Amino acid sequence: MSETVIKVENLTKVYSISHQGEGSATYSKSLRETVSDSVNSLGQKLFRSSSEKSSNSNRENFLALQNISFEIKQGDRVGIIGRNGAGKSTLLKILSRITEPTSGRISIRGRVASLLEVGTGFHPELTGRENIYLNGAILGMGKIEIQQKFNEIVEFAGVSRFIDTPVKKYSSGMYTRLAFSVAAHLEPEILIVDEVLAVGDVQFQKKCLGKMQSISQDQGRTVLFVSHSMDAIQRLCSKCLMLEKGTLVANDVTSNVMAIYFSTNSQESLPNTWIDLSNVNRSGTGEARFSKFQYSSFNDVTSSNPYPDGALEFILSIESDQRRSVGSLAVTIYNNLGVKLVNADIAALGQIVTLNEGQNVFKLKIEELHLNPGMYAIGFWLADLSSKSVLDFVEPTFNLEVVDSATEGFGGKRSSDVAVTCKFSLSAIE
Amino acid sequence: MNDQQSPKTRELVIEAGRTEKQYWKDLWRYRELFYFLAWRDILVRYKQTAIGIAWALIRPFLTMVVFTVVFGNIAKLPSQGVPYPILVFAGMLPWQFFSNALGECSNSLIGNANLISKVYFPRLIVPTSAIIVSFVDFMISGMILLGLMAWYNFVPSIRILTLPLFILIASAASMGVGLWLAALTVKYRDFRFVVPFIIQFGLYISPVGFSSSIVPEQWRLLYSLNPMVGVIDGFRWAILGGDSNLYLPGFLLSLSLVFIFLWSGIWYFRKTEKTFADVI
Repeated sequence: MSETVIKVENLTKVYSISHQGEGSATYSKSLRETVSDSVNSLGQKLFRSSSEKSSNSNRENFLALQNISFEIKQGDRVGIIGRNGAGKSTLLKILSRITEPTSGRISIRGRVASLLEVGTGFHPELTGRENIYLNGAILGMGKIEIQQKFNEIVEFAGVSRFIDTPVKKYSSGMYTRLAFSVAAHLEPEILIVDEVLAVGDVQFQKKCLGKMQSISQDQGRTVLFVSHSMDAIQRLCSKCLMLEKGTLVANDVTSNVMAIYFSTNSQESLPNTWIDLSNVNRSGTGEARFSKFQYSSFNDVTSSNPYPDGALEFILSIESDQRRSVGSLAVTIYNNLGVKLVNADIAALGQIVTLNEGQNVFKLKIEELHLNPGMYAIGFWLADLSSKSVLDFVEPTFNLEVVDSATEGFGGKRSSDVAVTCKFSLSAIE
Repeated sequence: MNDQQSPKTRELVIEAGRTEKQYWKDLWRYRELFYFLAWRDILVRYKQTAIGIAWALIRPFLTMVVFTVVFGNIAKLPSQGVPYPILVFAGMLPWQFFSNALGECSNSLIGNANLISKVYFPRLIVPTSAIIVSFVDFMISGMILLGLMAWYNFVPSIRILTLPLFILIASAASMGVGLWLAALTVKYRDFRFVVPFIIQFGLYISPVGFSSSIVPEQWRLLYSLNPMVGVIDGFRWAILGGDSNLYLPGFLLSLSLVFIFLWSGIWYFRKTEKTFADVI
């Protein structure tokens, strides 16, 4: 029976951003105007809180969060994802009471400790030992508590040899480890962590995730975790919240939210239809570019969608500014974490194609696609090996759904976390 | 398990504009932070210095010497029969405390901007710990005063027992003005330039280098509008004993001003505190 520890109702946060006037426009105001304006607004500002709307046209209201509502139960490990500027850090700041909401209501049960930045309050002149006390006190630990946990903290960070040197001499890795270590030993009922694992090597990240996991599983504490690393979120969090431009667009189990995140950041592409590639993120010289493509697996059961170990054919239309020969042309398939899984490149075949001026159409056939059912993204690549220049690189924008050929109808999402298929058999020996 | 949970599960509600009674409970809960922030500031000051904490003694001592020479020997301001250095010191002690506290306090919030934008704790702790740091300096200077009294074989009267009261008033004065300046400096950085000016100006109009008895009778009440006049007079009265009198109406006026500043300072600080993280 878990009770609700955080309940957010209709939370809204508005920021007032000022547009500092451009050069001559501000100077052309007469002195009398400037002085009377300032006296007026000074009086207003001193006696009103700054979140109220001012009549100044140089200020614009920016909605950082709009009407957010959700509930979090005790012991949950909740991930918060979203693009940059979606409002994740603002939400955390409000939950940590660093800033006030503009409207809405939040009720929290239990002590909250936030790690919004690694090493908050660390002073470079003080030693590691002194900083542990300082940082611990800032995060809410009492002196006695810090003393009791001191050795544990030092050991988790692995800096026992340097504990009495000023922190300004530490490497950035040591610094991060020490800072995280103090926060990890806080024992709050609710722990809020914002993107701090971005700094730090893989071992450290694993250690931190492991610690957060044990905090929530073994001690029944709640963890809120913001990260851009989908990998970390999938490992740690059972539930996920997704924010986009200040609104809550998803509140569900991680796999479902991941699928939504992935699909909102890529576009749908159906088989047997030409898909236009003129408005995609691309790089390269552009002397020859992919203009459109289509694909098909020629399987009626899957409605021409690709299926495991089946054939998949791409038709690619390339426009070139002049006649040239190209040594590398590839169709690349990525998983939802951005990992390249399949790279069908003619360079591997040692093949060279000749492009004519104008439109060229090619057929690239993958004989057997060894991918399990799931959502993937497609990217394209065109490069001239002799001059070593990249002509066109289309970033993975359109998605591709590999469906199960055994069941009828597509869209059955088997949450298989293994991407690659293989042919295998089992037999008894003796 | 359930028994342990019940005292912890008090509910906290966050809403726009809600006055938090929680705040004063939080101040108690975070009480150790007062100590830690003050400790940090003092430690950092003397890190990597050769003579370290000795600087805390040298500075007030040298200031006293300069004042004695300038105001006592050169300007020859009257000293009412008390050794001039002690007269100066008795006035300088509270002034130094006030000016240091004011300076540190007004810059305390922007100096700790990284803390304010990233961690929650009652923000009142920051300027208060700045005052605590100045208080520590004050205590150290107090030791020099004791040394001076021993040197001149000056035995203070029973009135010295009232000194803690005046120390309290001095703290209240610096806190009141300090809170106003700290909150204003967050939004209007102009105040960073205003404060040193106030302090320099105040040094000459406050009765530090001279005794306030030289101010003509008819101006004395007006003169007491400077809250530090009452405080410094009080200090002199308590330490020097003997002939020095306390001008009561002036003292009461300064006292009430101190309280007005303190009350309004806390009020303004609490009002604008919610916006610090957004504005800083």
